[in-house]
Amino acid sequence: MPDALHTLTIAELRTLLQKREISPADIIHDLEASITARDPEIGAYLHRDTAAALAAAEKADLSAPLGGIPVAIKDVLNVQGQPATAGSKMLRGYISPYDATCIAKLKSAGAIPFGKLNMDEFAMGSSNENSAWQLTRNPWDTTRVPGGSSGASAAAVAARTAIASLGSDTGGSIRQPAAFCGITGLKPTYGRVSRYGLIAYASSLDQVGPMTRTVEDAALVLQAIAGHDPQDSTSLNAPVPDYSAALRRGVSGMKIGLPREYFIDGIDPAVRAAVEAGVKELERQGATVREISLPHTRFAIAAYYIIATAEASANLARFDGVRYGHRCDTPADLRDMYDRSRAEGFGPEVKRRIILGTYVLSSGYYDAYYRKAQKVRTLIARDFAEAFKEVDLIASPVTPTAAFKIGKNAGDPLQMYLADIFTIANNLSGVCGISVPCGYSAEGLPIGLQLTGRPLGEEDLLRGAFAYEQATDWHRRLPQKS
Amino acid sequence: MPAVDYIVTIGLEVHCQLNTQSKMFCACPSQYGESPNTLTCPVCLGLPGALPVLNEGAIRRTILAGMMLGCSTPPVVKWDRKNYFYPDMPKNYQTTQFDLPLCLGGGVPLYDMNYPKDWQKKIARPGQVISLTRIHLEEDVAKSTHMGNGTAIDFNRAGTPLMEIVSEPEIETAEEAVAYLNSLRQILVYAGVSDADMEKGQMRCDVNISLRPHGQKDFGAKIELKNLNSVSAVRRAIHFETERQAEELDRGIKQVQSTRRWDDDRGETTLMRTKEDAHDYRYLPCPDLLPLHTNNMVTEISRSVPETPHARRARFVGVLGVSEYDAGVLCSEKSLADYFEEAAAGLSKPKAVANWIINDLLGQLGSRGMTLEQNPIPAAGIRALAEFVETGKINGGQAKEVFVAMFDTRKAPADIIREKGLEQLSDTGFLDEIITIVLADNADAVAKIKAGNDKAINALKGQVMKLSAGKANPAIVGEMLEKRLKD
Repeated sequence: MPDALHTLTIAELRTLLQKREISPADIIHDLEASITARDPEIGAYLHRDTAAALAAAEKADLSAPLGGIPVAIKDVLNVQGQPATAGSKMLRGYISPYDATCIAKLKSAGAIPFGKLNMDEFAMGSSNENSAWQLTRNPWDTTRVPGGSSGASAAAVAARTAIASLGSDTGGSIRQPAAFCGITGLKPTYGRVSRYGLIAYASSLDQVGPMTRTVEDAALVLQAIAGHDPQDSTSLNAPVPDYSAALRRGVSGMKIGLPREYFIDGIDPAVRAAVEAGVKELERQGATVREISLPHTRFAIAAYYIIATAEASANLARFDGVRYGHRCDTPADLRDMYDRSRAEGFGPEVKRRIILGTYVLSSGYYDAYYRKAQKVRTLIARDFAEAFKEVDLIASPVTPTAAFKIGKNAGDPLQMYLADIFTIANNLSGVCGISVPCGYSAEGLPIGLQLTGRPLGEEDLLRGAFAYEQATDWHRRLPQKS
Repeated sequence: MPAVDYIVTIGLEVHCQLNTQSKMFCACPSQYGESPNTLTCPVCLGLPGALPVLNEGAIRRTILAGMMLGCSTPPVVKWDRKNYFYPDMPKNYQTTQFDLPLCLGGGVPLYDMNYPKDWQKKIARPGQVISLTRIHLEEDVAKSTHMGNGTAIDFNRAGTPLMEIVSEPEIETAEEAVAYLNSLRQILVYAGVSDADMEKGQMRCDVNISLRPHGQKDFGAKIELKNLNSVSAVRRAIHFETERQAEELDRGIKQVQSTRRWDDDRGETTLMRTKEDAHDYRYLPCPDLLPLHTNNMVTEISRSVPETPHARRARFVGVLGVSEYDAGVLCSEKSLADYFEEAAAGLSKPKAVANWIINDLLGQLGSRGMTLEQNPIPAAGIRALAEFVETGKINGGQAKEVFVAMFDTRKAPADIIREKGLEQLSDTGFLDEIITIVLADNADAVAKIKAGNDKAINALKGQVMKLSAGKANPAIVGEMLEKRLKD
């Protein structure tokens, strides 16, 4: 049996499994050893049921596309019989009675959901510092954050304590941690993957997606989880193409746009250089590159923090201590139970966003904030629609800098919000995007290249990202000790 | 000033559960009377991650109800979240419709029959139609039961499809409000979208009422009345509230916008909250549900809109020759009108069937405290009875006897007639013998008749009937007597 199964990709493991050289249980055992060794320092896992995973491994259908592959799950997704806390004390001890659609799809593709991963509370944050449970550290430098909110989903894959994971992306929560941790993270088109069973942060922006070591693996996981779901009215009823078949089509003839509004002052020079070199590589392979404009970019963050918090203020109302989750001790009356259960259960960033969202929906403020933000959103979507008349992909940085130090932005929410400038417009317009490793900073921290595609343009994303990845070896580098 | 010197303005908000198989946003059965919390799922329990899916049947029923009430349906409708915290609402927002509801406009005609019985002769505005503002479709909340040491919540009801029907403030009296509720219920039952039974909680009503002196243009402060669980409670609460407000206004006490709770036992309203405590519902378009385009659905539904009570009543009068009053009675309940039509179909005298139903059947049911659902006589039975009378097989008196037996024994009229030996004697040979005897015994009368006194023939007819033990067919006896006497 080859050793270090935890360092292999899905594609590599599948080959070994199909040749019967290894069994699914071998992968679980190997991962378990890797987690035991590495996770105390990284802090990615909140929960794992190894016995259940081994039982599933026994029954795994190796003929299925992901047969026998363990996939780690962001704690915002419901897996039947397992805890689902969304990183919040509010859901301490809550055991989910049902599978999210994407989990059910993973299972029917033969995959084994193994482990629940830390996150910023209710997916609100860019650093995992907002988790109620624990800090997750960046495997490349454990004094730095892994990004967020799917920070642990990225850290586990980078640290080789997970083969692949699922994350969710509301304003960059898959792509930014993927960039910070040097892995591939794909945020599908809004509606491509069902949201049923994803604990909602901002319903009109949330999307589940794969976080993997390679672009090929991202295609394999996306293939399993994409598709229409009658239980999610916002899921798209469009056929799911063969994503793996798209990988090797090459970029010759593809048109790539560089939004002038994204290459601004304040970008770390190393990030800028790495992204520009990445674009050059695609050009070398036959893509044509041109400058484009996304003129309403500067309004994106403001619009996002109105729309997302407005939706969150309603989505998080259900956490009241009545039916499940945290309830305060000895409430005096109903009002006291609501007040103290929520005051004790939610962390400061969640409270900040609930209050903000409540404010913007208040009588007399709706038009000034929410309605105006929706107009901005329409304009931003139009920017992308115009751009995609001229180009197939938009290339940009994922973040202005590489991973920052733990604690650096924790006291400054606005600075934290502003770092999402390159990822947020994607969610507002519903298009798809991917982050792939494109270099390292002077400190040895990974840098991501973001490709953005038109709605349902996942094949273009995979095509561009794969072509780039195959010409480089950034994705093969390992963080120390992993 | 006494209450009569104020203009009373009333608007009603009626919630009506729809009779769909499943709930508004999930596949759980929508039904009554199961063990608590057995008809639930992640969606109607508001579990983390669950998402709503629209119930098309509920949407179709609401559009249909709107068509029966003359509403229009906007080409695009949507659902919104209405935010407030209460334990009976699992998400702490209600998914409802704010600015683009399924139905706009329309009206509820106040049918005369639907005023209180004691008010039938005092109807101030006959034929009045109360305009509707809108009808929207939302989810019902769970059912709370307050106990000594806490509150139990049954989520079986949570997510039941609920129409909210909002009237314009055009109702002027408690009795019009009663007629409004009864007429609305009647139309919804005719539409087949709900049983709309207030006693069963399928239909619930909030009343908005304000008073202003004659001559004042602006409405007075709006007082909302809650906890009205029957039509009679609505009537009594409006009377109470009209008096209460008038009395306070007389004493110079200004009314403020507020919500009051009706206490049915004590027969009075008490203050729940004033405008200052009103919720800010922070409506938000529901991001989990896409706006719905209605044009195709509207076209399809418009092809099969059931008859309104009004149209049916007109048809009973115009086509079936039933009197205005009888048609009104028959159409008051859809099931009764259906029963009548089934019984009368193809008969030459539908009016006779109407009489049987209104005079005899409803009379029997009423005197025994039974409802129409408990009616022991199938429509086919009434139909057969009417046919026996029409063809002369039994006479009117016998038919009454047969009807009572049908009601008591649930037997078919043919069987009862046979068992009781009630068939009318039309055997002319036998009757001829009886007539011979009667003529011989009543020579005087025969002489009178021959002298031209036709009235005396009735006495002879009575003698023949008596001798035949009431079984003789009176028509045939009459004919035979005339023939014998005048030949």
